[in-house]
Amino acid sequence: MKQHEKTLKDDPRYRIANREALIGVVLVIINFILWYGFAYGFGSKPVDEYSYVFGLPAWFFYSCILGTVIVLTLVVFAVVFLFKEVPFDEEDEQ
Amino acid sequence: MNWEVVIPLIIFLVIIFLIGFYASTHLKGTSNFLQEYFLGSRELGGFILAMTMISTYGSASSFIGGPGVAYTMGLGWVLLSMTQLATGYFVLSVLGKKFAIMARKIRAVTLIDFLKERYQSKSVVILSALSIIIFLFSAMAAQWVGGARLIESLTGLSYTGALFIFAVSVLVYVIIGGFRAVAITDTVQGIVMFSGTLVILIGTIIAGGGVENIITTLSTENPDLISPFGADRSLTPLYVSSFWILVGVGVVGLPQVAVRAMSYKSSKGMHRALIIGTVVVGVIMLGMHLTGVFARAVLPGIEVGDTVMPRIALEVLPSWLAGIVLAAPMAAIMSTVDSLLLLVSSAIVKDVYLNYVKPDASDQTIKRFSVSVTAVLGVLVFAMAVNPPDLLIWLNLFSFGGLEAAFIWPVVMGLYWKQGNASGAMASILVGVGSYIGFNTFMPNAFGMHTVVLPVLLSFLSYVSVSLMTVRKHAEVQQEVVLRLWKA
Repeated sequence: MKQHEKTLKDDPRYRIANREALIGVVLVIINFILWYGFAYGFGSKPVDEYSYVFGLPAWFFYSCILGTVIVLTLVVFAVVFLFKEVPFDEEDEQ
Repeated sequence: MNWEVVIPLIIFLVIIFLIGFYASTHLKGTSNFLQEYFLGSRELGGFILAMTMISTYGSASSFIGGPGVAYTMGLGWVLLSMTQLATGYFVLSVLGKKFAIMARKIRAVTLIDFLKERYQSKSVVILSALSIIIFLFSAMAAQWVGGARLIESLTGLSYTGALFIFAVSVLVYVIIGGFRAVAITDTVQGIVMFSGTLVILIGTIIAGGGVENIITTLSTENPDLISPFGADRSLTPLYVSSFWILVGVGVVGLPQVAVRAMSYKSSKGMHRALIIGTVVVGVIMLGMHLTGVFARAVLPGIEVGDTVMPRIALEVLPSWLAGIVLAAPMAAIMSTVDSLLLLVSSAIVKDVYLNYVKPDASDQTIKRFSVSVTAVLGVLVFAMAVNPPDLLIWLNLFSFGGLEAAFIWPVVMGLYWKQGNASGAMASILVGVGSYIGFNTFMPNAFGMHTVVLPVLLSFLSYVSVSLMTVRKHAEVQQEVVLRLWKA
């Protein structure tokens, strides 16, 4: 970091913005792990050894349906508890 | 002509027109034409923001092409399409507040406005405007062809006649209503897409005698249809995973999506959009592709993938309901095309004309010029789509991945890395687009991954290394940029 940058502080709203961007990245990583783990964890064996949930192959149910529901829940959780509201309109738009 | 199918489609078009007229009243009353026409005066609420993002992104391929491939490949293709779930929350959380705050600090109306202020470089602006104009123009033309084919197949009109109806419908509401009309019609179109998806999925499950029955039928025909590897076992885990870059996180770099991340009113709206967007994209992607797979058990032996959706809708639903459901792909195509039309217009009017040709144009001139550019573009696309030239088809192949490779790092790193500079951005755009076209031509799907992956990596490396190498050259400009964009 260069010295002269420290003379003026960064916009304090950016700390919140940076944190939320990181949360987005973490969500994607969790999403990917669930999606990949369930699909290839349950789905890599021969098809006649598959087990089924609600008529769907287990890998598909867990990866695409349960995984989606979990990610949705996490998104709601993140938005409600971790995201902070910041004002946008302190400056005149005209 | 099957009137029971056609009437819901006509009603749908009439509603879209009415919204265009409603939005045009805002356009007449506005004191800042550019902000209203190209950005809806940054007034989008959460629901509309979510819907316009999803429906701009969801195009003909989500409703026609994708389910067609799922029909042939089986559940593995549904797995692949679920990589798109990330677009629902990733774009808004990553660009999110930072982009909204910075865009307001510099009063940016387009993505290129942002790049211009961030990098202070004429060549970055011209190069990005050119990429947007060329790539999105061809993407748009390809969608028009899809829209016209759909009308043609549903109504029995000639291709040119269908194209004419499609072109006039879109042009009228975009020209009279601008971004606000586009966003509100996108919302209606999004609702049509969402409910159409649910109806057709349920209809198909019932026609197939329940999920269990359908899965048994499929696995008897070919067990690999219900494996994650695709009917011909060609979907490797690495290949499928690489779609996380193309349609998951890479979407951040698409200008038509990114521009929406600066159009919203408040952080509250953005929070709501995050949740709504994720739900809607999850349901649409899962529902449409699953329908494509299930359709195989109901209507086996369809040869042309693109006809799966229209045929299954007409097969399993009463005609009037099929008409409503088939308005969904129509809506998907229109909502993509309208945004692209406006974006290409904004690149020409705002980024080229106002920046470099006539910076002191009066409001009246800007108004007349914007509207005529949109109209002329519409006519040009129409002419192209009547008889698509080979060049256009070739360019369209690159539009999605090419734009991602070009813009993802100049935008994302520009927001989060103060050291990123104009030389880095130039290098990133050139390397991204160049290597994308190169890999596509000489080494498609290199190392078993989708072609977009390596160009995205290469453009990242160029952005960082060139920025670091040219720190001195840009020192003064960078100091000013940091002061304007970062400081409170």
